[in-house]
Amino acid sequence: MSPNIVFVVTIGVLFTVGVYLVLERSLTRILLGIVLLGNGTNLLILVAGGAAGAPPIIGVASDRPMSDPLPQALILTAIVITLGLTAFLLAMAYRSWQLHRHDEVQDDVEDRRIVRLAARDERAFEDADTESDGETLDEEAATARDEMDEGGAFDDAPSEPPPPRTDHTHREEGR
Amino acid sequence: MTDWSWLVPLPVVLPLSAAGLALALYRRPRLQRIVTLVTLTLVAAVSATLLVIADAGPVVVEVGDWAAPVGISLVADRLSALMLTVSSVVILCVLVYSLAQGREDGERFAPISIFHPTYLVLSAGVANAFLSGDLFNIYVGFEILLAASYVLITLSGTTERIRAGTIYVVVAILSSVLFLVAIAAIYAAVGTVNLAQLAIRLQEIDPGVRLVLQSMLLLAFGIKAAVFPLSSWLPDSYPTAPAPVTAVFAGLLTKVGVYAIIRTQTLLFPGGQLDDILLWVALATMLVGILGAVAQDDVKRLLSFTLVSHIGYMMFGIALGSVHGWTAAIYYVAHHITVQTALFLVVGLVERFGGTTSLDRLGGLAKMTPVLAVLFFVPAMNLGGIPPFSGFLGKVGLLEAGVEVGTPVAYALVAGSVVTSLLTLYALIKAWNKAFWQSPPEELPANRVPVMMVAPTAALVVFSLALTVFAGPLYAYTGRAAQTLQSRWPYIEAVLPDGQRGEGESQRAAEDATEDATEDTTEDAPQDAEVGG
Repeated sequence: MSPNIVFVVTIGVLFTVGVYLVLERSLTRILLGIVLLGNGTNLLILVAGGAAGAPPIIGVASDRPMSDPLPQALILTAIVITLGLTAFLLAMAYRSWQLHRHDEVQDDVEDRRIVRLAARDERAFEDADTESDGETLDEEAATARDEMDEGGAFDDAPSEPPPPRTDHTHREEGR
Repeated sequence: MTDWSWLVPLPVVLPLSAAGLALALYRRPRLQRIVTLVTLTLVAAVSATLLVIADAGPVVVEVGDWAAPVGISLVADRLSALMLTVSSVVILCVLVYSLAQGREDGERFAPISIFHPTYLVLSAGVANAFLSGDLFNIYVGFEILLAASYVLITLSGTTERIRAGTIYVVVAILSSVLFLVAIAAIYAAVGTVNLAQLAIRLQEIDPGVRLVLQSMLLLAFGIKAAVFPLSSWLPDSYPTAPAPVTAVFAGLLTKVGVYAIIRTQTLLFPGGQLDDILLWVALATMLVGILGAVAQDDVKRLLSFTLVSHIGYMMFGIALGSVHGWTAAIYYVAHHITVQTALFLVVGLVERFGGTTSLDRLGGLAKMTPVLAVLFFVPAMNLGGIPPFSGFLGKVGLLEAGVEVGTPVAYALVAGSVVTSLLTLYALIKAWNKAFWQSPPEELPANRVPVMMVAPTAALVVFSLALTVFAGPLYAYTGRAAQTLQSRWPYIEAVLPDGQRGEGESQRAAEDATEDATEDTTEDAPQDAEVGG
């Protein structure tokens, strides 16, 4: 079995662009990357099923060999799943924009904290009898931005004031 | 013997149908609660029955009567039945807990109209992944449970949950893409996705290609199981979800990944080419995880790190590649699901009582709520591996299996797991001292903790103690499960009795159709196809 070169090249392009986009900060771009990766994978499964042939229906006489129906069924399932997840990610990106006015996917806040402590050569854990700023990671995460960081990872205070929260934070949903 | 195979699809079908029903009843929260509770109780009962039946041999159902290699088969063997039983008990306990929490907090905790259907879908996805005898259907099971988990982790869309949820969702989707690519590669290599047929055919292909396929699957499952270095998504995303959600995620979701690793390693890729690498990975997972836990000052994050660390123990057992290693690993999975969930539920209660989970702010809980102190202390000691608890028994089993294998790497792992065990104890004792013994820096709010939330937590703690009391029979059972895994043939023969096809209707139909194809083109022969989705 030698796969169709057009498919192979297309898969390569989809995966390259997809990986590039997934490495971005903005959730919308990551979403686009995931869509491309998903489509690349679907094509890959199609290629895995071998060459195209006659419709795979028993009883329809044809001199050509049938194509493999199983990959087609797999792809249909995968498409449905990707569609659902795309919708969910879009909703998440919108919600993130609603809350923060950006849809950035953050670094692990703790990593940043550890880097900062290491730079100051301090212990990661403060005992009760030492002084502790007492700010939890969640509180820190609420104000942190990664896209704005320009080598300022060691700054203690965030360069920006916390973004204004909209009033629908606790709006009841799903009723 | 009566044919009990109709029981096998029920753990998937019941919750899925109930999820639809619960969604339709979104205006009647009371009725929704009853539907969920009854369904999950039934699932637990069915799973326990399957546990008994599967001891006699794997029970196979061919969905829609499609013959095995092309249709979807559901297989309940000892391993999947055990996982199913433990997980359904845990799911049920967490549901009761969340019902009580919902009654106390109303819709503030979670919009009930969404929580219940999603929770049922999660349960169906977990059961589907455990029961599936088909690689692609395992993917579908994963997607079902992951899609449900995306909704649960971002419930009510608050700032922190959206932040932590984004990372979780993106990582999970990427691992799914990787899994799908692995499936495509496997299909290209051997032309099937049925596990039993894969077990036969994968032995016939080039070892190099097989190694690539194995590594791809391990990579995909490794992300889901949170094995170092693929684990860094976990400690940041789990703690922000509501307490019952974190508990069920911590207990179950990573274990589904571990289950998938056990299944593919034993059935599809015997011989253990990657076992040495897996042993090193297990060591790194244990040590890095537990060192992370030691550095934490938030109980939830601390527990998330111990979760990562203890995944290392399971990987250790799997990678030993011996029956004793697998026996201990399976027992450890059962123990860890229960204990980790119980701990997260207790921490949920602590957060409710003291208003925070930060160790800097908690204190004096042992005096104020002795019940919570006991409920935390018992599973904490269990996790740390203090005799006579089940954690100790599982670890001893792993150590014995490691010494039995006797290679230098295995000895390194034995030493590593003892150190990890000590550090776990250290981390948990530190948490205990700070949260329960030290005097609180500020007065804690001391909110009332409802009895109905304490009861299911206590039930889980008692269940984890039962794993200790009945360790003998249980360990024998996991031993038999491991033997089935090693010999492989009981599984393959149950799915493909003649080594070629299953016993479904479609085989006969296909044969008839081939014979009559030229004369009778109107015959309504079903095509052999996988039904997905």
